[in-house]
Amino acid sequence: MSSYVGDAADAPKFQTAAKNLVRNTQVRHNVKRATDVIRNKRAKVVAEMPDWEQLRDSGHEIKQHVMRHLDFYLEQFEKNCTAAGGTVHWARDADEANSIIVGLVKAQQAKEVIKVKTMTSDEIRLNVALEKAGITPYETDLADLIVQLGEDKPSHIVVPALHRNRMEIRQIFLDKMNLTELSDKPEDLAGAARSYLREKFLRVPVAISGANFAIADTGSICVVESEGNGRMCISLPRVLISLVGIEKIIPTFQDLEVFLQTLPRSATGERMNPYNSIWTGVTPDDGPQEFHVVLLDNGRTKVLADREARETLDCIRCGACLNACPVYRQTGGHAYGSMYGGPIGAILTPQLQSMQHSQTLPYASSLCGACYEVCPVKINIPEILVHLRGKVVENGDAPFEEKMAMKAAAWVLESPEHMDRARKLGRIAQKPFVTNGVIKHLPFGLDAWTSVRDLPAMPAESFREWWVKREKGSNG
Amino acid sequence: MQISLFITCYNDTLFPQTGKAVVSVLEKLGHSVEFRPAQTCCGQMHYNTGYQQEALPMMEHFLEVYRGAEVVCIPSSSCVAMIRDHYPKMAAASGDASIKRAVKNLLPRVFEFTELLVDHLGVTDVGAFFPHAVALHPSCHSLRSLKLGDRPAKLLGNVRGLTLVDLPNSEECCGFGGTFAIKNADVSAAMLSDKIHSLLNSGAEICAAVDNSCLMHIGGALSRQRSGMRVLHLAEILASRDGLEAAK
Repeated sequence: MSSYVGDAADAPKFQTAAKNLVRNTQVRHNVKRATDVIRNKRAKVVAEMPDWEQLRDSGHEIKQHVMRHLDFYLEQFEKNCTAAGGTVHWARDADEANSIIVGLVKAQQAKEVIKVKTMTSDEIRLNVALEKAGITPYETDLADLIVQLGEDKPSHIVVPALHRNRMEIRQIFLDKMNLTELSDKPEDLAGAARSYLREKFLRVPVAISGANFAIADTGSICVVESEGNGRMCISLPRVLISLVGIEKIIPTFQDLEVFLQTLPRSATGERMNPYNSIWTGVTPDDGPQEFHVVLLDNGRTKVLADREARETLDCIRCGACLNACPVYRQTGGHAYGSMYGGPIGAILTPQLQSMQHSQTLPYASSLCGACYEVCPVKINIPEILVHLRGKVVENGDAPFEEKMAMKAAAWVLESPEHMDRARKLGRIAQKPFVTNGVIKHLPFGLDAWTSVRDLPAMPAESFREWWVKREKGSNG
Repeated sequence: MQISLFITCYNDTLFPQTGKAVVSVLEKLGHSVEFRPAQTCCGQMHYNTGYQQEALPMMEHFLEVYRGAEVVCIPSSSCVAMIRDHYPKMAAASGDASIKRAVKNLLPRVFEFTELLVDHLGVTDVGAFFPHAVALHPSCHSLRSLKLGDRPAKLLGNVRGLTLVDLPNSEECCGFGGTFAIKNADVSAAMLSDKIHSLLNSGAEICAAVDNSCLMHIGGALSRQRSGMRVLHLAEILASRDGLEAAK
């Protein structure tokens, strides 16, 4: 039994991955361009909503309510989904979910499945499990297809191939679709993907989807998308399997009113998604005749138990925080070692996979607050980052040098006398490093600062010393 | 009014000229400024890096030092944000009723420098003269935590001779982030490079802000690159009467 989150456990430290990525000019250019476009679109359609802040508040309240009563709503969902002809499966972790899904596909004697964008399936490494069982998964979302054919990893929650430009995409398609000719015009690239996928939509008998929302009072699943591939996947095959994280529950059908306004605006800067699919169980002779829902925990109840970090589960995966994040915009998603990149990934991944290698992620932020400002369900990401940093330190996982430095600093800042002593020592110690009033080079770990910036030298007189002199002067 | 100055640990040590400027501006407005010598640090660096246990005694010390103060003025928005956003939570976590009370009592009397001037003292023109082209970097805490809005720009707008130039992408973080600049030096440097790019394109001669921490970061790169541009805390511009900066 293991609760892994993609390849997060084997991923390098954020700093190590970021060091290479900030030097990759192509990735930086692609990511900045793409996020700029989405950000501007989002800003425009959010500005036209007079009740945007109220919608954010409502989304936050609905999600907080669900998290307080998750047990109730999950069982209500199961009851209503079952009554409508669906079958609900419960999976504690990635391995359980994978074996349920592989079992369901095998029962159909199917050798292939089509998939509509589900990040949760990347989380549990479903494609690896399927391939191991001799089943070929086909991603049908254009960006996911680019990532799959390019043997690549997703770099964004909503637009997973955002680190690629169209010349790169053309090359991937030429290589993997056995084409002899293809231009890099967006419509030609989309056309190539369409021909490649259409044949599979019509032939493959089993589809796997994720869910944007699972509606408790009707037992329905809701998926929103832009390309229509989702609509194909949920209507054409004989069997449909939906993999759903337990945090995707919303209480009532009417709650969609809030989220179907905030999600598309936040995610792609659209007023409404081109395709909003909502389905309930099985309808005789119409659409899939077998429908399964796999409800996945995989660490989520552990997040739920931490009151300080519970809000993490409110996320509706719009990706607005990624586009807003100045850290993400420099590195792209691959630095985060998980399909959940950016600010939300920096709080989600380390919690889902019990810190391990992802303990560097809570530090992958300058705490600038841009993520919190755009979040459509008002997750206070900076606050949760600081909370998780506290856990890293509490668990003794902080670097040794840092612990020593923080201890020393705590002593210095304990009293003005200690500060005075440290300043006097500092003024002597800095002497060999000061030129023209600045320090251009420092030894040891401190060259992380001086490698690209000067540091002001400590002046001969502190404010405090000046004040004491001034007081003496005015009294005498 | 009796205004108690919390200079902050790094301004005290590295940027005394900012403190002198704050004193000068407030005294010229007819207020009396006091400096309580027992003051040290708000605990922000420890708290935000995950050393919340170490930050707790700093908060208790701060509460003790400023007990009974009429108004506390802080020329650093990130320290005010630390106090306003995190002290109530830290107090609640401590389970100590007297700490909770002390935080509740003190918070409404703690002001960032431009908040104090504009909101509390009702001043937007301090009679300064500073004939230079200035770009304002709205630091993240001033913008998104304190929501200072146009307060700093209003104050600068009323300075004689000053040209406030437009800074492209001004709301993007400069990449300082406290220990982030050391722990994630590469990303921090990349973010800084964007900020420097915007600043150099703005046509300003000076980059101003209400936080010397961001300015130390931005100024460090401007100086390293021999950019011909420098940084100044907003208080130092407001203290200028002769178009020159106060003696360092």
